[in-house]
Amino acid sequence: MNIPILSLLICIPTIGALFILFTKSTEKYNSHKYISIFISLINLILSIYLWYKFDNSISSFQFVENREWIYGFINYKVGIDGISILFVVLTTFITPLCILSVNSTIKNRLKDFLIAILIMESLMIGVFCSLDLVVFYLFFEGGLIPMFLIIGIWGGERRVYSAFKFFLYTLLGSVLMLVAIIYIYWISGTTDVEKLYKIGIDAKYQKILWLAFFSSFAVKTPMWPVHTWLPDAHVEAPTAGSVLLAAILLKMAGYGFIRFSIGLFPIGSEYFISLVYILSLIAIIYTSLVALMQEDMKKLIAYSSVAHMGFVTLGIFTMTQQGLEGSIFQMISHGIISAALFLCVGVIYERMHTREIKRYGGIVDVMPKYSIVLMIFTLGALGLPGTTGFIGEFLILIGAFKDNFLVAVVASFGVILGAAYMLWLYKRVVFGELKNKDLKNLVDLNKPEIIILTSLAVPSLYFGFYPEPLINTVEVSVSNLINNYNANLEIYTAKSQ
Amino acid sequence: MISDIYYVIPEIFLSLSLMFLLLLGVFKKNSSSTVYNLTLLILIISIPLILNVPSGPEILIFNDSYKIDYLSSFIKILIIISTLFVLLTSSQYLKVTKIYNIEYPILILSSILGMVVMVSSNDLIVFYIGLELQSLALYVLASFNRDNVLSSESGLKYFVLSALSSGLLLYGCSLVYGFSSSTNFSQISFNYDQSAQGIIFGMVFILVGLAFKISAVPFHMWAPDVYQGSPTSVTLFFAILPKIAALTVFIRFLYTPFVNLIDQWQTIIIFLSIASMLFGAVAAIGQKNLKRLIAYSSISHMGYALAGLTTGTNEGIQSSVSYISIYLVMNLAFFSCIFMLKREDKYYENIDDLSGLSKNHPLLSFSLLIVLFSLAGIPPLAGFFAKFYIFMAVIEQSMFFLAIVGLLATVVAAFYYLRLIKVIYFDSEVEKYDTNHSIGLKISLIITTILILIYFIYPNSLINFVSKINLV
Repeated sequence: MNIPILSLLICIPTIGALFILFTKSTEKYNSHKYISIFISLINLILSIYLWYKFDNSISSFQFVENREWIYGFINYKVGIDGISILFVVLTTFITPLCILSVNSTIKNRLKDFLIAILIMESLMIGVFCSLDLVVFYLFFEGGLIPMFLIIGIWGGERRVYSAFKFFLYTLLGSVLMLVAIIYIYWISGTTDVEKLYKIGIDAKYQKILWLAFFSSFAVKTPMWPVHTWLPDAHVEAPTAGSVLLAAILLKMAGYGFIRFSIGLFPIGSEYFISLVYILSLIAIIYTSLVALMQEDMKKLIAYSSVAHMGFVTLGIFTMTQQGLEGSIFQMISHGIISAALFLCVGVIYERMHTREIKRYGGIVDVMPKYSIVLMIFTLGALGLPGTTGFIGEFLILIGAFKDNFLVAVVASFGVILGAAYMLWLYKRVVFGELKNKDLKNLVDLNKPEIIILTSLAVPSLYFGFYPEPLINTVEVSVSNLINNYNANLEIYTAKSQ
Repeated sequence: MISDIYYVIPEIFLSLSLMFLLLLGVFKKNSSSTVYNLTLLILIISIPLILNVPSGPEILIFNDSYKIDYLSSFIKILIIISTLFVLLTSSQYLKVTKIYNIEYPILILSSILGMVVMVSSNDLIVFYIGLELQSLALYVLASFNRDNVLSSESGLKYFVLSALSSGLLLYGCSLVYGFSSSTNFSQISFNYDQSAQGIIFGMVFILVGLAFKISAVPFHMWAPDVYQGSPTSVTLFFAILPKIAALTVFIRFLYTPFVNLIDQWQTIIIFLSIASMLFGAVAAIGQKNLKRLIAYSSISHMGYALAGLTTGTNEGIQSSVSYISIYLVMNLAFFSCIFMLKREDKYYENIDDLSGLSKNHPLLSFSLLIVLFSLAGIPPLAGFFAKFYIFMAVIEQSMFFLAIVGLLATVVAAFYYLRLIKVIYFDSEVEKYDTNHSIGLKISLIITTILILIYFIYPNSLINFVSKINLV
């Protein structure tokens, strides 16, 4: 008997959310928080079991479930391959930490917040598992609702503006994808990804369809010039919201590029490689420069996210084994490190109620533990060898050098800029004299914070020194993807000649 | 001929019980609540009666002037059920605003009798009788709150403009008759010469008249005022039932008598559809009154329903019918929420009155949240599927312009739905509202919200019915 393990992963958080909705919790003993941590931990264990059971050596989708959903038209189909399993694990790994990090900052409506986060988890896992375009769209867009509420209800001062901007930008990007999905159905007769991989999509439509998908993923990634919603959303969202946004939501787009743009439209992808290169390079260089000039910590990290995602898109479209593996690695690494950085900012924001860099300085004297932890993640973000950040960027650059020397050189400058703004941030916050008197009363990390941050630091360092498990998991799937891609191109060029 | 009567038992039952209720109401003092409850009973009884009528792909009776098919049966059931919900939700409102009179349910009954005739008609004259029966009742309903200036104004406005459109419609009918020498829908399509200008003029007049009834742009002027002025219960009725009926008649006209003129009417419907989607979305942004807002939102929703009709395919018709079915559930849910905004026998209907609702009324706000996201067409709620079916049909015919404009309009529309959510969830709270709502209101809110929320689990439930409708 087969247990529908992926559907379970998708359903458990929602069931948990329903359970929380119908139970009551007291002021003293907050059962809701424990319930939701418990639920997300079950999911984590389940997903690790899934990873354990997962067979690295097969390129096809595994744990596939296929059920009729809309009669004769769309099937509910989920399954994972080497690429998506990592994102599923990342999601289930980050969510409990997110819930754990919720404390005094979320003063009102804790219950609603937990429900929103759990529903969000369901939807995010759904995005990474779905093997049908319509099902994918459903999960992809459904995520807007809880995220809109998370930013809007529990956000900062300009939360309304940010929530609207986030929602409308993403919706606008996605509607074109919906048109493309429906059109794919009419020209190919199915929206099943696996089938579409086999039969391929007619070459003459690929470019336009690629653009439609690109419009959605580019907004979500976010790529320059549609990245402006991200700093706003990050700055205003509560810490847990920022973490979810940076660690997982942005990865949906990167994942979408790999799974759909490259997988379904090889000819379209090949045609638009230069466009992606240019936009990625602008994102890397321009947003790094912008990040240098930020005065708000969260905004700085948000811009650095844009730059890092620039590396990701660059790596994906090098279409080399190293580039793609590097991109996936970079996404996982960014998921962990940016989550940690946002949590670090959250830690001092809770104590000082400001994120302005100027107000800090010299906190190493009062918060030594915090400074060490922040050091680890800062170095991780700038890609120091020995952290996951290094391996991701390194592989991407190798891939880029293989494909286009100039692009790789320009991208390398981004690495230097990345080091500059991260180190400068660290210097301004941690070192120097303790000028601001309020800082003297700062309390160092408490136990839950140490637990959260250590559990993020451990994988970041572990996989930094020993990336084998991650690389092994994706290797076969990526090489299969590239082979398919090249085979498709060859057929096309043979035909057109 | 006599055996044909068997097929119209529901209509006969409705009209007999209508007259009985009228007599009962007149001769028995203080019988308003008896009449009201009897009306509910009549509606419930008429559901099995309609289901009992043998429904086939197409049954023509009374010299082909009356048609029973899957479309008419489905729409009739839809009409009866939604009327049932309308009456269930609005009884408390009527009592509080002191218009709980016997005439109210009777007028509603006669109006839906007209609609039932309308959706089954296969003849210009039968159609017009049905249309006028429903319209006359609606004029009175609009001004039902006699002592209220706004209500009387809306009744008059609706009457004048609607009479004008009925005139246009009738003129169109006469032109069509003149150029095809028949009033029968099926006959007309065989009789006319496609190059004749007269028939096209006739068709345009008829389409204009119908567009008025579903308030498609540019024939929408009356809608916001009438929606705002009428008693809220009547607004709910307006927002749902005449639209279902008129849209069905649209399908009938376009796909039976004018089926050969598709090149001509396609352009017209595309224009109506795009104009309604865009105008409805943009104009709703500035509204302060919830009822006005819903008027513009329903204009825009009608645009989507029309978009399905432009395709000229069965999928298009089916998508429009699904759209209107989901639309009516969403509207019922939304109005149920509005009916709950009551404090000390006064109903509130401005957007500001929703401010901070989520703090005092979490469940009500949650329902509103679901309804609004669904109206905005965000997956996985029912509203998304409604739009999805429409765009499936539209894109099948490669009408990308229409599809992309429609989807962009959803983004604009999302803005004002989000604004409501913002007011409910992000703003500071106002006073509490009453919580002593009638059971009917609570039940209908719960049922409709759950329908919207879990539709995605089993979408086949609706598709199974709708996919039987094959007119082309």
